[in-house]
Amino acid sequence: MFGYIVRRILMTIPVMLVVAVVVFLLLHLSPGDPAAIIAGDNATDEDIQRIRVSLGFDRPLLTQFTLWIGALVQGDLGVSVFNKVSVWELIVQRMEPTLMLAATTMGFAVLIAVPVGVLAAWKAGSWIDHLIMGIAVLAFSAPVFLIGYGLVYQFARVWRILPVQGYTPMAQDFTGFWQHLVLPAITLGLVFAALLARMTRSTMMDVLNEDYIRTARAKGLAPSAVLIRHALKNAAVPIVTTIGLGIALLIGGVVVTESVFAIPGIGRLTIEAVTQRDYPVIQGVILIASFVYVLINLGIDLTYALLDPRIRY
Amino acid sequence: MMRIFRRYPRVVIGGTLLAILVGLSLLAPWIAPYDPIKLSVANRLKPPSEKFWFGTDAYGRDVLSRTLWGGQISLLIAVSVAFASTVIGTSIGLIAGYFRAMDAVVMRVMDGLMAIPGILLAVAMLSLSKASVQTVIIAITIPEIPRVVRLVRAVVLSLREQTFVSGAISSGSRLPRILFRHILPNALTPIIVQATYIAASAVLIEAYLGFLGVGTPPETPSWGNIIAEGRNFIMLAIWSVLFPGLFLGTMVLSINILGDGIRDMLDPRIAKRI
Repeated sequence: MFGYIVRRILMTIPVMLVVAVVVFLLLHLSPGDPAAIIAGDNATDEDIQRIRVSLGFDRPLLTQFTLWIGALVQGDLGVSVFNKVSVWELIVQRMEPTLMLAATTMGFAVLIAVPVGVLAAWKAGSWIDHLIMGIAVLAFSAPVFLIGYGLVYQFARVWRILPVQGYTPMAQDFTGFWQHLVLPAITLGLVFAALLARMTRSTMMDVLNEDYIRTARAKGLAPSAVLIRHALKNAAVPIVTTIGLGIALLIGGVVVTESVFAIPGIGRLTIEAVTQRDYPVIQGVILIASFVYVLINLGIDLTYALLDPRIRY
Repeated sequence: MMRIFRRYPRVVIGGTLLAILVGLSLLAPWIAPYDPIKLSVANRLKPPSEKFWFGTDAYGRDVLSRTLWGGQISLLIAVSVAFASTVIGTSIGLIAGYFRAMDAVVMRVMDGLMAIPGILLAVAMLSLSKASVQTVIIAITIPEIPRVVRLVRAVVLSLREQTFVSGAISSGSRLPRILFRHILPNALTPIIVQATYIAASAVLIEAYLGFLGVGTPPETPSWGNIIAEGRNFIMLAIWSVLFPGLFLGTMVLSINILGDGIRDMLDPRIAKRI
């Protein structure tokens, strides 16, 4: 048990190291002089030289990497080229809307996708299954902005019952917070729910083929008891694991959704940083997003190792 | 024909829908009623009419013509990304699955790449390079590679245990023969299915990148760019987002349906489960 937990935690180190190397190399392997790219098209040679020295680009690559990694380990993500504020501070300022959107989306998607996916697996091959899976393909093929603008058009322009765009912090105005969040969460939630429903269905189908399910049915248990107590309980681990892996997709979707609904979160911060060529901010966002993804998946695996005595390596 | 439809409805529906969209895009130079990039101040933000079926955008350009031309770029990107990521991913996956010594290192690198949200990685790569169709293809391809690697590696690992492969190994077949004659043909089905899904997601990601303002050069009439420009006038002229958006959604949908259909057709064992 203890050995597994330690091994699982140690496994995250090479993954994060690869992320760090990729993020570092992106800037240095890209064609052209990174200092010139950050300085922009109208920069003078002096500006470029100043940026080169201030970001340490004039030193050998290995030295730069060691210094950069050393700072990272201490939680120092560097300083924004544009705002001269620490990257960490910028990210924390923009964290709330993104976390709220991601959490609401996730909640909405799981609430729809798990029951619907279970139903499709239970009725596999029937018209209900075909209908559910048909809607799922439709929903995850739909571009986020098409659903988003469609909802905005209907709810904010035609019916005028919800605001068009923007974000209100929860602490400031509780009703306003939900009014602003409901459309973005539904938009992204539909796409994500479609993916989850497909995964839930295929996982449930595997479990429903197991011998113990046949035994449970044969001994005359009610279908609902078989489905929920025997099947879903055993399918829960792989379902939650796939949800965890899907978080990388969710983060990508959040970036686009924030842009559709003008939500001032991490996604917008990234796009602003791209237009300002504020590379330390871009690096910081990628590192934090990947770190969150790795941590959530670590958390999921560890929780299951604690709860499920079968998981031992 | 009816028999094929009844057996593989998804291949027929997805394939037909896709063929229509591919046809319309490829014929754009001949069937598009107007020049997709010609500005016309007099015709700004005109709603759909007999003259402009899909209306005009803020620069007076015909949305129908732009949408048809945009399909060509989406197709080019879909095919290139699907091809590049499967070829690179399959090569790495074969190596990782077959040579145990390489496996741990390669897979840790892939785990690391997969931990980075694909859109963020693509945005970061594009922010550093000059916008062009090639850089967009590279930026979409790299985040897709790890998925192919994992798939191919898993297939190779299970094939290695099969008697025909261990038989080939013990009878002294040379490595290229084992890999390309015995393993690759048996891994082809899941790779082809994966390639279609990658093509669908590439079309979508191209549009997202354009929408976020880091895609192909702004003057290119790609679907992402048309929608990105149209969004500024969304409340005045929803048609400049709606029509290219519908084309985009339909193309992604048709490729996804086709992918599901191909999966069912090539591997009936999986079809029963998924």
